[in-house]
Parts: sequence; C-alpha cells; structure tokens
Amino acid sequence: MAGTTATAAETRPREEYPRAKGTLYRGDLGMWSWVAHRITGVLTFFFLFVHVLDTALVRVSPNAYDTVISTYKHPVMILFELGLLAAVLFHAFNGIRVMLIDFWSEGTRFQRPMLWTVVGLWLVLMIPAAISMLTRAITELFGGH
Amino acid sequence: MTATLSNNDSTTADLPSDAPPIPEGATMVTVKIERFNPEVDEDLHWESYRVPALPTDRVLNLLHYIKWYIDGTLTFRRSCAHGVCGSDAMRINGVNRLACKVLLKDMFAKSGETTITVEPIKGLPVNKDLLVDMEPFFEAYRAIKPYLVTSGNEPTRERTQSIAERERFDDTTKCILCAACTTSCPVYWSEGSYFGPAAIVNAHRFIFDSRDEATEERLDILNDQDGVWRCRTTFNCTDACPRGIQVTKAIQEVKRALMFRR
Repeated sequence: MAGTTATAAETRPREEYPRAKGTLYRGDLGMWSWVAHRITGVLTFFFLFVHVLDTALVRVSPNAYDTVISTYKHPVMILFELGLLAAVLFHAFNGIRVMLIDFWSEGTRFQRPMLWTVVGLWLVLMIPAAISMLTRAITELFGGH
Repeated sequence: MTATLSNNDSTTADLPSDAPPIPEGATMVTVKIERFNPEVDEDLHWESYRVPALPTDRVLNLLHYIKWYIDGTLTFRRSCAHGVCGSDAMRINGVNRLACKVLLKDMFAKSGETTITVEPIKGLPVNKDLLVDMEPFFEAYRAIKPYLVTSGNEPTRERTQSIAERERFDDTTKCILCAACTTSCPVYWSEGSYFGPAAIVNAHRFIFDSRDEATEERLDILNDQDGVWRCRTTFNCTDACPRGIQVTKAIQEVKRALMFRR
C-alpha cells in the first residue's frame, strides 16, 4: 500500500479525477427487469400513499370521503386503475422471479426463461383486462344512456 | 488504394503519411473515444478517428492504429493482448469488454457506416483517456483475503483434495481481475462502497475450497452492509465477464452460504 501510493501523492488526489459517464450502459436483460421492478415499485407506493390518504379522510369527515370516492368513479380513473394493475402484476411476478434467483440453486441459470415467463403471464392477464376495462371506460364516456 | 477503398479516396487521403498501406479487404470505420487529459481538460470529451479495419482485427488493433499513426497521446492499458492478463477492459459500444477479445467482424454495421464507441469503465476515477485508477477495485479485492489461510503444521506433501472438492470452486478460479464485472454493476456505480462482483468471486474461490480455514472470516466480511447483500441480481456482471464466469451465481452461492450454513 505504502509503495503504491508514494508516487500517487505527488499527483492529484483520487477524488479530483472525473468518472466516466458517457453513454447508457447496455446491460443484461436482468438489468432492465431490475429497472422496471424499481419503477413499478415506486408507482405502487404512490398508489398506496394516495389510498391511505383517501381512507384517512373518513376520520376528517364522511362527506369529504364520499366526495373523493365519487371522483374515483369517473371513467378516466379506469386508465389509472389499468396502470396500477400493470404495475402491481409486473412487480408481483418479477418479485417471485427475484426470490427464486435468491433461494433456488438453479435460479441464476433460468433467470432469462423466468423473465420471459413473467412477461408472458403479464401479457396474458393484461390483454383481457385492458380490453374489458377500456371498453367499460369508453361505453361509460361515449355510449352512456 | 485497394479495391474496397478505391471509391473512398477522400478518406484515405486523410490517413497519416507514415501509416502502413491499407490491407486488402479493409473497411474504413469510425472509432469514437471518450478522452480525458488531466493536464488540459476539465472533463471528459469525445474524439472520433477514421481507421481502416479488417474483419479479423480486434478493437485493440484499432486503438493501436490510432496511437501509432494518428495520435500518440491516446492512453490505454494492454499487456498480453490475448485475453489473459485482463489489462484492457473498457466499455465498447456500451458494454464492458476486453478490447483484445472483441472481433471487428462482429462490430460492422449491417448497412452504412460503422461507428464503434469506446469509453473507460464506469465507477473508477479516470486518470487519462481509457486508463482508470484501479486502486479502489484492488482495495476491495485485498479486503476479502484472497489467499489460502490454514493453521497447524504444514504438510510435507501437497494439500490434497478430491476432484469433486476442486470442482466446487472451479468456475471462480478463472478470474483475471480485469474489473469488467465490478464496473458493469449499477450498485457499484452509485454506491462506491460495495465490494463489487470481482471481490466476491475471489472470496467464493476460497470460501468453497476444502483446504481453506478462513471461510467464516470471509463470510463475516461479506455479511457487512457493503457486502453481498448489495447485489440486486441484474446479471450485468455475468454478461460482462470475459472468462465466462457465472458471477451472479457465485454471489448467490455466497448469499445462500450466509443464510443456510450457519
């Protein structure tokens, strides 16, 4: 240690040298699933935050609670519900994948097939959900009685 | 000059006069390098170079061409130039690779002009151009005691072990300490205090060695808040390793040893 830093002391200290920033790192698929996991996690957190707030309103006044809940019945809110469903489903399935990578000895070997399974399951559930929820939103908005 | 370049005389005219003749079958490619000269520059910046490339060339050959015939100040490490010493890890087209192992035939654009970007590895201080200060990396390596620890009298012959016992840690003996894995890790970029994949790989090599007696000590070091639990299994390290080590698998095995073995 002393031998290697003797010459380095004459030059600038390490903190003064820049670090490479450059382009976006083209990481493994696992990196992108990790990024998506974080984003969907934060989105779900914000939903829960709002949900705790609106439920807490009942302590303030039941009328205020009813007003807020009635705004949720607007068809546009279905889009938010759909987004919430998308985030929760991905976060849940990928969470199982991450746990299998951690606890199952063959988990690292099958991380990619497991990711494709997560995406596949997500699509299988999201496509019918999106069709049914969007048709409901559109009929309520435009085809209403 | 040659058949492939005859319609491209304007670029060949740009080549330095002392450059060797362009070999047959060569194509002109653009090499874009993130450069930094500590004596002149405030920060890193991009420079582009036009160089002739053969499909059998490696990215290292292009860097040599630039250094020898275009700009002698270009600074990078390379020693053996054959993927054994681990000196020339750098970020090529966005991913960590050894410049001496990436073949140009895999880099040519399907259509149009080929541009290859070369950047220093992330997360370590850049001293000059592609040369980074490896000391933080080696500090983490030394911290996990990367040597055989035993007690009692030395045996008069070799310390023997079975084929199965040797096989247990075979994968992690292949490490050449190039830092490609550690500097591909998003956790290492942002925290700076994470031991990093390479240190854990080298700890794994001794933790699972039947002859070693410091397993508990190394597991304790890696149980630290900067240890294995920082790993988020992004698999960037496994993808980056030029020796094909299953880095994430090794890290997970250390995690499981911490959870279930004690």
